[in-house]
Amino acid sequence: MNQKAIKWGITHGILLAALIGVCLIALTMGTMNTPIDQLLNILLNKIDSTEYTILMQIRLPRILVGIAVGGALSLAGVILQAVFRNPLVEPYTLGISGGAALGISICIVFSLNQRYALSLPFFGMIGAGFVILAIYSLNAFGVVHNIQRLLLIGVMISFISNSLFMLIISLTKSEQMHSIMFWTMGSLEEPNRMLVYCLLIVSLLGCLITSIFSVDLNVLSLGEEDAFHLGLHVERVRNILLILASVLTGFCVSISGIIGFVGLVVPHFVRLFAGSDHRTVVTASYITGAIFIILCDLLARTLISPLELPVGIVTGLVGGLIFIYALVSK
Amino acid sequence: MNNTLQKQSVLTVKQLSCRQSSEFQLENISFSIAKGCCVGIIGPNGSGKTTLLKAITGFIPADSGEIFYCDHPIESYNQQALSKEIAIVLQSTELDQSIFVEDYILLGRNPYRKRWQFWESEQDIRIAEEAMKITQIESLRYRKINALSGGEKQLVRIARAMAQDPKLFLLDEPTNHLDIAHQLQILSLLNRLKQEKNMSIMIVLHDLNLASEFCDVLILMQHGKIFKMGCAKDVLTFQNIESVYHTLVIEGENPISKKPYVFLVSEDNLKKSIAQSKNPETSDIRMETCI
Repeated sequence: MNQKAIKWGITHGILLAALIGVCLIALTMGTMNTPIDQLLNILLNKIDSTEYTILMQIRLPRILVGIAVGGALSLAGVILQAVFRNPLVEPYTLGISGGAALGISICIVFSLNQRYALSLPFFGMIGAGFVILAIYSLNAFGVVHNIQRLLLIGVMISFISNSLFMLIISLTKSEQMHSIMFWTMGSLEEPNRMLVYCLLIVSLLGCLITSIFSVDLNVLSLGEEDAFHLGLHVERVRNILLILASVLTGFCVSISGIIGFVGLVVPHFVRLFAGSDHRTVVTASYITGAIFIILCDLLARTLISPLELPVGIVTGLVGGLIFIYALVSK
Repeated sequence: MNNTLQKQSVLTVKQLSCRQSSEFQLENISFSIAKGCCVGIIGPNGSGKTTLLKAITGFIPADSGEIFYCDHPIESYNQQALSKEIAIVLQSTELDQSIFVEDYILLGRNPYRKRWQFWESEQDIRIAEEAMKITQIESLRYRKINALSGGEKQLVRIARAMAQDPKLFLLDEPTNHLDIAHQLQILSLLNRLKQEKNMSIMIVLHDLNLASEFCDVLILMQHGKIFKMGCAKDVLTFQNIESVYHTLVIEGENPISKKPYVFLVSEDNLKKSIAQSKNPETSDIRMETCI
C-alpha cells in the first residue's frame, strides 16, 4: 500500500472526526443550550417540540451553509493560489468577492431576487466571473508582467467594484438599501431551503472536481512552462479551474455575503501541517474551511448572545490574527 | 556530421522559422541529431538558443518549417506522448515551492499518469528512485526543494526530467551559476546517460571549452540563424568566434583530450603580449590571432 495514501487517509479521518465534533457542538450551543445526551433523543424521536424545530429549522441549515461556504471559499483560495502561483491570492484579495457583490446588488436593485430565487447566485457568479476574466486577460495578454502587479490590479479591481457598489447603494431606495446592507454583512442564515441544498450540492461537486484535478494542480504550481513540458494541457485545466473558482465564489457570496480571509487563511494553515501536495491540500482545506466557518459562526452567535455578530467580522478578526501568528512564528 | 547522419536520426529540423512581432527569433534552421549524440548549442546572448529548444518542444509555435521526431512529424504526437519522449531542463524553472525532492521528481512521471490515477504506481516510484540514484541525490530525498543550494537544485531539475524517461534530453544552460566541480559533475552525468542509455542530448552552453570537451557536434548560432555547425575543431576557430562574439580569443588545445580549447584574453593583455612576442621565450600558445 502506498505510504502517501495511508497518510492521506489518516489526515482526512482526523479532520472528518473534528468536523463532526464541531457540528455537534454547533447543534447544541446557542441562545438555548441543548445537552448533548438529549440531542440524539430529540432527533430520533422527532418530538414535535420547539427544540426539534430550532435544531432542524435554524441550526442545521446554518451548519450546512457553513460547511458549503467554508469549504467552497477555501477551495477557491487553493485553486487561485496554485493557478497564479502566489500564496497571497484569494477570492477576496483579487476582488472576485467584490465583483460578485456588485452583481448581486444590481440583482437586488432590480428586485430580480424576489421573482426568481436562483437569480441571486446567478448574478453573483456573473460578477465573479467578470472579475476573473478581467484579471486573467490582463495576465494572458502580457499587460501584467509580474505577479506582484497582478495582485495590485486585483486590489484595484476590488476598489473599483466597491465604489460601484457604493454608488448603487447611494442611488437606491432605502428599502432596498437595507436589503443590500443586510446581505453585505455576511451571515450563514438562509431561509430558502432550496438555495441551501443547491449551495451544498454545488460546493460538494466543486470539491469532487477540484480533487480530480489535484495532481494537475501540483503540476500547474510548477509554472506554466514546466507544466506544458510535463504534458499538461495548461490552458484547458486552468480555464476549467478558474471557472470553477468563480462559480464557487459567486454562489457563496450571493448566499452568505462577503466573508473574507477564509480562502487565504485556511489553505495556508493546511499547508503548514499537511504539506503542499494538492491531493491532500484540496480536500483537507475543504474540511478545515468548513470547521473554521462553523466555529466562527458559533462565536458570532454566542459571544454577545442573544445579539448576533455578522460572521464576516469574526472570520476577519480570527483569520487575520491566526495568519499573523503563523507568519511570525515561521 | 557525415558519420552522424548515417546513424538513425532522432530529431530532424527542416527550415524552421519563428517570428515574434515581425522580428525573426529563428530563421531557416535545419539540422539533424543522431541517436546517442550530444549536440551543443553555443552563441551570444539573444541569438535564439533557448527559443530553438522551446520551438522543438512546441512551447513556442513555429511559423514555418518542419520538425521530425524519429521520422514522424512532431505534430503527430500529442502533448502527453511527446513529453514521454522529450524532456527539457529550463533555466527559468524556479524551485521555490516547499515540497520534498522526492515529490518534485515524481511530478516528472506526470506524462505517464492515467486519466483517473490519483497515486503514483510502484513503477513510478522505482523510476524516480533510479533518477535520484543516477544523479546522486538520494541523500536529498526528504529535503525541501526551496532549501537546496544552486548545484543541488540543478541536479534535482535534471532528475525530474530523467523521471520522464526521455529519449531526447534538452538542457538550457545547466551549468549556469555553478562552481566548476558541479559543472563537471553535471556534464559527466550527461555523458554517462548518453553512453549507458543511448540518450540523445541537446545542450545550450555558454562555456565554449565545456562545449568542446563534452559535445560531439556544435551548433554556433547568431541572430537566430545557424552560423556554423560541425565538430568542435571546425566551429571553434578564432575567425568564427570573432565574427559571432566580436571578441578576440586564442585557439589552443586541451592537453588531455586533444580537443580545441579557447583562451579568453583581455585586449590590454593581448597588446602587451604582442609587444613582448618578439621575445622568443614567451608562451607556447600558437598565436593565430589577428594583429
